[in-house]
Amino acid sequence: MSMQLPDHENTFQHKIDVEIKVEPKDWMPEAYRKTLVRQISQHAHSEIVGMLPEGNWISRAPSLKRKAILIAKVQDEAGHGLYLYSACETLGTTREETINDLHSAKAKYSSIFNYPTLTWADMGAVGWLVDGAAILNQVMLCRTSYGPYARAMVRICKEESFHQRQGFDILLTLSRGTAVQKEMCQDAINRWWWPSLMMFGPKDSESTNTDQSMKWKIKRKTNDELRQQFVDMCAEQVRILNMILPDKDLKWNATTQHYDFGEIEWNEFWNVVKGNGPCNKQRLEARRKAHEEGEWVREAAAAYAEKRKTKPQTPKGALAAA
Amino acid sequence: MFNSNSSITNSQFQIPDSLINYTLHLADNTLILAQQNSAWCGHGPILEQDIAITNISLDLLGQARNFYQYAAQLINEFKAHSPKERAGGEATEDTLAYLRDNREYKNCLLTEQENGDWAKTILRQFLFSNYQYLLYEKLQYGEDEQLRAIAEKALKEVIYHLKWSSEWVIRLGDGTHESHQRISNAVIELWPYVDELFINADYESALIANNIAVDGGSIKKSWLQGTEEIFSEAMLSVPQNVFSQKGGKQGIHTEQLGYILAEMQFLQRAYPDSVW
Repeated sequence: MSMQLPDHENTFQHKIDVEIKVEPKDWMPEAYRKTLVRQISQHAHSEIVGMLPEGNWISRAPSLKRKAILIAKVQDEAGHGLYLYSACETLGTTREETINDLHSAKAKYSSIFNYPTLTWADMGAVGWLVDGAAILNQVMLCRTSYGPYARAMVRICKEESFHQRQGFDILLTLSRGTAVQKEMCQDAINRWWWPSLMMFGPKDSESTNTDQSMKWKIKRKTNDELRQQFVDMCAEQVRILNMILPDKDLKWNATTQHYDFGEIEWNEFWNVVKGNGPCNKQRLEARRKAHEEGEWVREAAAAYAEKRKTKPQTPKGALAAA
Repeated sequence: MFNSNSSITNSQFQIPDSLINYTLHLADNTLILAQQNSAWCGHGPILEQDIAITNISLDLLGQARNFYQYAAQLINEFKAHSPKERAGGEATEDTLAYLRDNREYKNCLLTEQENGDWAKTILRQFLFSNYQYLLYEKLQYGEDEQLRAIAEKALKEVIYHLKWSSEWVIRLGDGTHESHQRISNAVIELWPYVDELFINADYESALIANNIAVDGGSIKKSWLQGTEEIFSEAMLSVPQNVFSQKGGKQGIHTEQLGYILAEMQFLQRAYPDSVW
């Protein structure tokens, strides 16, 4: 046995080096499994908690078309949560365990969802910036070394690009609207810009997980690389909106062929991570409440399923007619 | 999306108004129920069911849009034929959904009832889907081409809604003691709003002879039979001698609708004449 362990690890690393996906039944280092469970569950929770700030505007969407698009989008996020909880289950962690970790605040989710959605323009800014930032991360993850995670990401990315476009379209419409709408648009960009940059996580020099994750090809780009890519993309797109990004240091650097940008308020970032963001409490409470109030429903479904095992029946009446 | 060969140009003169009102009634039913159901999005008891109820909301919203677009087309054509009738801008699906007030809404009272707990939402959906199923099944053979087309398309969705909600009524009725209690309470709370579904408003009566609208009375028996069968599997009983509340079809609503509209219409009201 003692001889096998390094062999296992060599085979594992070799597989990663030659770009063969790791599958659920393959041997993997415990730390690899743990890192994945942490990352995938965090990602799943972000999808589920992320339904709340946008769900907040479903009832008030300003046109039937926007309402339909927004409902479909938030529903997609629930679906993404499902794929990701399933990916977690392939690593031996049940959905129940994963969800309990969220409710006990042991597991994290993306801090961006601890910011409030105050106006309709926030639906645009969240789509354009938040989904935009998420996509860069997710496109990278389509090539992540763990098979089920990579495959979930391929499906998710297809839908996310639609999310980002609908967000941009909301802002574009506002940017061509009345003076008040233009103001609403710029205000939302001002509030969401910096938190979106924070979504990529701490600077590479401060990131504890990056090195190992790169070696295992869980991640393929560093936080700072992805952040730069995002800034370069948005700095161009914001011109189409005739709006500005709220950063006086933002400018094109001909030498690096990238946009330079200002210093992020890392204090704010760490505060929100620690639970002091404007909506941390409300988001978690909303999730716990849904879960607690749904308990009797889950119990009823389980009790009914148990009874059916012993007395199978075919449905009649309206159900059969349908 | 609709062809202009509608019944408005070749029917009796009183038809357009009734047809407009009937179409708005069908639209309002689906929009208000969609709006109510969508409040579950992100708050459902089980992730899969969160997705399911949201999906139903989305289907109903799609139906509402089809009906509103048709109503808008009818209104605009009607206005073109009688310029003094209604001044003002062109009707669209959004002006109809967002700029009519409480008294102009024609949805049945059942659809505007509060979500309550999961049992009440499920039961409201079941009672309404069972009705909608029978309604659309007839409407798809009606004389109005557009209503026929919308009903035919929507029927496929409604069949799924009915199946899903029936299964849940049974599951809750025959689940635990608590779930049985909760769904029984929902029956008591919602039953007073059932009768209204089958009582024809004047605009329905005006269209029934031409086979444009479905006669509510003609589907009541099948509805009750279907409901009783599901209730019997769910070990629920159909309440007897319940006093019925009505008025929604004529624009006399419960107080609840005012709040639904205030929330739904907020942006359009706060920032008039804006494009979103």
